[in-house]
Amino acid sequence: MFITRILQNDRGGQIMLAVLALVLVLVPVLNLLVPEGSFLHMPTYLVTLLGKYLTYALLAVAVDLVWGYLGILSLGHGAFFALGGYAMGMYLMRQIGDRGVYGNPELPDFMVFLSWKELPWFWQGFDMFWFAMLMVLLVPGLLAFVFGWLAFRSRVTGVYLSIITQALTYALMLAFFRNEMGFGGNNGLTDFKDILGFSLQADGTRVTLFVLSGLALAGGYLLCRYIINSKLGRVVVAIRDAESRTRFVGYRVEHYKVWVFTVSAMLAGIAGALYVPQVGIINPGEFSPLNSIEIVIWVAIGGRATLYGAVLGAILVNYAKTVFTGLMPESWIFMLGALFVLVTLYLPQGLAGLVKNLKENRWLQNFSRRAQA
Amino acid sequence: MSEGAHLRQTEAGQPDASHKAILYLEDLNVSFDGFKAINNLTLYIDSGELRCIIGPNGAGKTTMMDIITGKTRPNSGQAWFGQTVDLLKLSEPEIANAGIGRKFQKPTVFESHSVAENLELAMHGNKSVWYSLRARLSGEQHALIDETLHTIGLTDHYHQQAGALSHGQKQWLEIGMLLVQKPYLLLVDEPVAGMTHQEMERTAELLTSLAGKHSVVVVEHDMDFVRSIANKVTVLHQGSVLAEGTMDEVQNDQRVIEVYLGE
Ligand SMILES: Nc1ncnc2c1ncn2[C@@H]1O[C@H](COP(=O)(O)OP(=O)(O)OP(=O)(O)O)[C@@H](O)[C@H]1O
Ligand SMILES: [Mg+2]
Repeated sequence: MFITRILQNDRGGQIMLAVLALVLVLVPVLNLLVPEGSFLHMPTYLVTLLGKYLTYALLAVAVDLVWGYLGILSLGHGAFFALGGYAMGMYLMRQIGDRGVYGNPELPDFMVFLSWKELPWFWQGFDMFWFAMLMVLLVPGLLAFVFGWLAFRSRVTGVYLSIITQALTYALMLAFFRNEMGFGGNNGLTDFKDILGFSLQADGTRVTLFVLSGLALAGGYLLCRYIINSKLGRVVVAIRDAESRTRFVGYRVEHYKVWVFTVSAMLAGIAGALYVPQVGIINPGEFSPLNSIEIVIWVAIGGRATLYGAVLGAILVNYAKTVFTGLMPESWIFMLGALFVLVTLYLPQGLAGLVKNLKENRWLQNFSRRAQA
Repeated sequence: MSEGAHLRQTEAGQPDASHKAILYLEDLNVSFDGFKAINNLTLYIDSGELRCIIGPNGAGKTTMMDIITGKTRPNSGQAWFGQTVDLLKLSEPEIANAGIGRKFQKPTVFESHSVAENLELAMHGNKSVWYSLRARLSGEQHALIDETLHTIGLTDHYHQQAGALSHGQKQWLEIGMLLVQKPYLLLVDEPVAGMTHQEMERTAELLTSLAGKHSVVVVEHDMDFVRSIANKVTVLHQGSVLAEGTMDEVQNDQRVIEVYLGE
């Protein structure tokens, strides 16, 4: 009931979620129930690959919320994704326990290697799953809140804001590269064994993580759509279109910006937390400024301010990336750049806009044909 | 925060206009890169008054409204709303919520929202983030939107995107947004630019009907329009008051004639 009301006028979202629901049922069946010899069997690496795409899609939805609707071009959302990922990674590291190379029950291998004697204070508590999950939300959320509060209150907008979001993720990357930071330096966190006692190598765990990624995407999508449909959503779009006018009718623009930015960062954190156990590693490369720019390109290609366009863009571009980095690893970045330029020039509303135009044109053609007859 | 305390105080009730005036501007100065746009401007608006402000291009009329609404901060001087509200200490939204509404010279509506949504956004009431997330229009608010659409003649455009309206219709929508905001003081910058003669008459009627309950300050270049609504006119020139009086007094003032003919 509630869900149908949220999706009332959102055709693209209805279709996207219906396909997602189908995939979430089909993939587990094809992987777990269809015997391995059968050509219908889906190999586990493919399940995990799809799961990774779904976390990217959630990340893209988070970016579309701030960029498409609020008009803030964040070039630093990769940072929130990575922080969520690190929080999950820290839990997974603590789960290894004494099964590490050095067999220290308390300290992760890299700390023993650095000859640290005890666990730093910020690693405390991460052996508890609930605490780690709380941090997945709180750390990106808090960073976004503080950053947003400072930036939006001093009314930094446009290109300047984009540049400082980029600087934020770059600074974090440099910090996380340092061994003394206590997050494994450039190797990051890896060699995970299990999550809540389930082996990360097991098919069942992989499928569960895949399904959870899909559910998180659906949940994140519905949350964003709910926000957009509310009066808050209308204020947000008003800020995008005419910021100072919005102030003059009595809205505290910076409060709205901080709120939406923080929600978006938390969604990105969730995406990162689901990404890490599936790919099995988190390292400072995830903070790379280029990553954040890529996310924006997915959204642009899919179509801004539609939400489902972000999902479409993230999945298609990453599928293309998987295919092309297999064929010609060096050329991918140029192809992505070319794709972005082409879309900006010829499809300013992205793929979602293209679909809409095609439908309207067909409708127009039918209409004129009928009129002639 | 003291800012917040201010807001709550003024939201609670009407501005304190016990000394007749609702708006006090005293010795205001604004300069942009050395150019004095506002020069020792002193002006009082009485509660319930309808005041017209005229003056040649660049006289500082819009800049004066910018000061009142918090968009521009003066280099020196005072600006008070009633006896108790120091406008120079408040932010734009706080001033709006204290009861000062503004229609801009260049009509600015929320282009990708429908006409009705524009009114919903402008409507008086709680404008905090968490409240907006759960807010639903009450029957009363729906009625206010319908009534306002009727007043501004846009009932048939309820669902239309505001960006698709004509220039004149946007002017009307902005006036509507001002009305649902239910301000005590309305600042109206060039309301009839781009309107037909008929529309102009309707605007005149509307503005005069608002005076009394509200205080209205109208900036306008169209002298016929000013004549049709004004009882008191203030002439602004080079950032300060040049003359003040009835339309006839002002039009026969030698200095005013020089300023207008000297252009
Ligand atoms: N932000 C600004 N920066 C620099 N100069 C400005 C700024 N705003 C206004 N001015 C200048 O201040 C002077 C007064 O401008 P203002 O817009 O207040 O005039 P006005 O009386 O509203 O004129 P009009 O009748 O043309 O609307 C003008 O010379 C204008 O160029
Ligand atoms: Mg002006």
